[in-house]
Amino acid sequence: MAEMMKGNVAIAEAAVRAGVRFYAGYPITPSSEIMEYLAKRLPELGRQFIQSESELAAINMVMGAAACGVRALTASSGPGISLKQEGISVLSDEELTCVVVNVVRYGNGLGTLFSSQCDYFRETRGGGNGDYRCIVLCPSSIQEAVDLMLTAYELAEKYRVVTVFMTEGALGQMMEPCELPDFVEPPKLPWGFDGKYSYKKIGIFDRDSMQEAEQLNRKYETIRAEEQRWESENVQDADYVFVAYGLPGRAVKGVTRQMRAQGLKVGLIRPITAWPFPVKAFAEVNPGVKGFITVEANATGQMVDDVALASKTVFRDRFVPTHALPCVYGLPSRKFIMDGFGQIVSGARKEVY
Amino acid sequence: MAVSRKVPAIIDRETSFCPGCGHGIVIRLIAECLEELGQDNNVIFPLGVGCSSLLGGGLVTDRLHCPHGRASAVATGMKRCEPDVTIVAYQGDGDAYSIGIAETLNAAYRNENITMIAINNTNFGMTGGQMSWTTMPGQKTTTSPKGRDCAVTGNPIRFPELVASQFDVAYAARGAVTSPKRIATVKKYIKNALAAQVNKEGYSTVEVLSPCPTNWGLDVLGAMKRIEEEIIPYYPLGEFKKREER
Repeated sequence: MAEMMKGNVAIAEAAVRAGVRFYAGYPITPSSEIMEYLAKRLPELGRQFIQSESELAAINMVMGAAACGVRALTASSGPGISLKQEGISVLSDEELTCVVVNVVRYGNGLGTLFSSQCDYFRETRGGGNGDYRCIVLCPSSIQEAVDLMLTAYELAEKYRVVTVFMTEGALGQMMEPCELPDFVEPPKLPWGFDGKYSYKKIGIFDRDSMQEAEQLNRKYETIRAEEQRWESENVQDADYVFVAYGLPGRAVKGVTRQMRAQGLKVGLIRPITAWPFPVKAFAEVNPGVKGFITVEANATGQMVDDVALASKTVFRDRFVPTHALPCVYGLPSRKFIMDGFGQIVSGARKEVY
Repeated sequence: MAVSRKVPAIIDRETSFCPGCGHGIVIRLIAECLEELGQDNNVIFPLGVGCSSLLGGGLVTDRLHCPHGRASAVATGMKRCEPDVTIVAYQGDGDAYSIGIAETLNAAYRNENITMIAINNTNFGMTGGQMSWTTMPGQKTTTSPKGRDCAVTGNPIRFPELVASQFDVAYAARGAVTSPKRIATVKKYIKNALAAQVNKEGYSTVEVLSPCPTNWGLDVLGAMKRIEEEIIPYYPLGEFKKREER
C-alpha cells in the first residue's frame, strides 16, 4: 500500500530497511530531514546515530563503522559533501563501502537552497585526491530512490566502492506516494574488523601501487561493463535525443511525449547511473540522429561532456552535434525545453561539441 | 614470583623508527598492557598520519590508516559498532592536536569510550621537524627558524589538562619515556587508560613526551636530557583525571 512520504524521509527509511546500522551526519539544508528522521529511528531499532561535530568527522565516523563491516550512511548537500571528499577518497583507497547521499543544492561555495544538479562533475569524477571512482545513482522519483537504496549498498559491497546517492533538493523536499521495501538483515561484511585480526591487511608501507593500479582498472572496467543503468524511450527513430536525469529527466520525459504526439521525432535517455555513464543506451539510438540535447539543472552544462564522449564512443564514423540546455536550478519548464529545442533546430543555438 | 619478560604476541617484527625515538617504547608498552588485560586479541588501532603510522608495520592487529588528524572520529565509528572491542587511537602531536584538534577534542567532549595515545615529540617528525602546536617556546624548527614566537603562534597546547578540566572524561595523564622508572609509570598510565575503556568508564587519554633526536639535532642521550630539563617543566607529568569506580 503506497503512502505519501517526503523524499528525504522515504530515503532514510529505505536505508533503515536496507540494513543501515550506523549514521553520522551534520545538519544542512535541504538534507537535514534524513538525519532528523534517523535520530529517532535508528536508536529505536538498537542501531547507532551520531550528530557529529562536522561533516569531516561524520565521514570519518562512517569510515570507522564501514571498517567494522556494517552498512553505514551519511547525508549532506553541496558544500557539506565537499568537506567529505577527504574521507571518501580514503574509503575508496581502503576499499571500504558506504552510501553518501547528496541532496544537491545550487551554487558554488556556500551556494543557495535551490534544488539543482550542479554537483555532477564532482560526484562522477571522484572529487577527492587520487583517481578513484564512486558509483553514482540519480533517481528521478521518490519511489525510484527508495527502490535503489538496497541496490546502492549491494553495488558498493560487490565492488568495494563508495556509492553516491545523488538526489536533488526538490526530490528531498517533495512528497509522493511510495511503497517501501521489506527489511533486510545484512551479515557483517567479510572484511570488517572484529578485533581478532581475522581479515589480514597489507602493511601500510608494503603496498604495490603498480599492481593496485591494474586491479583498480580491472574493477572500474567491470563496473563500466556491467552496471550501466538507464531508462530510454523513442530513441530508435529519433532525429533528436534528449539526455536528462533526476527530476529534469522526469520533466523532459513528459515534454518529449508531448512533442512526439505533435509529430516531432524526439527521444529520451535518462541515466540512472551517472557513473558508470550509460554509454550502452546510445547504441540503441537512430544511426542518423541529428543531435543530442542535455537538459541539466546547472549553469554551465556538465553532463554534456559525458554525452559527447558516449556519442563519440558509439558513432565512431561521424560526429553528432551535442547541445546543452542548462536551466541553472529548479526544474526545466515545458516552455524552456520547447524554446531551447526550437533554437537548436533553427540553428540559433550552437552546439557545445 | 619472578615473571619473565617476553615480547607480546601481537608484535611480529622490529619497528623502523629512528634511533633514539620513543614510539617503539610506547608501542611495546601498549602491546604489553593489552596482553595483560586480555585485550590483545580484541583490539583495533585507528592510526594517525605521521610517525604514528609506522605502528601499522609492527603489530599484527586490526588497524586502519586514518586521514590526517581524524583517528578519534574513526575510532568513534568503530566503537559504536563494536562496543566490546578495545579501540586505541594512536597519534602524534601534530596529527592529534594540530590538524586533528577538532576531532580529538570532540571525542573527549562526547566522553567517547575510546583510548587516545598521543606521542608528543614537540614537532612534526615524519615530514622533517616542522613546528606543531606542542613545539616549545623558542624552539627552532624548520618552520620556526628563529625559534617559536608564541606571540604570533599561540602557546603550546596541554591537551590532557584541557580535557581533564573542561570535559567529563574518564582518565587523562601524561608520562615520559626518559628512564626505566618513568617508562614503568607510562605503562601504568596506559594500562589505566585501557582498563577504563574495557570497564566502559568513558574517554581515556595518555600523552607521552617522547624524544625525536633526528629532528631535534641531538644525540639520543641529549634528547632525553632535553625532555627532563626543558620539556617536563612546561608539560608536567602525572594523572590529571584519575579513574573513579563506577
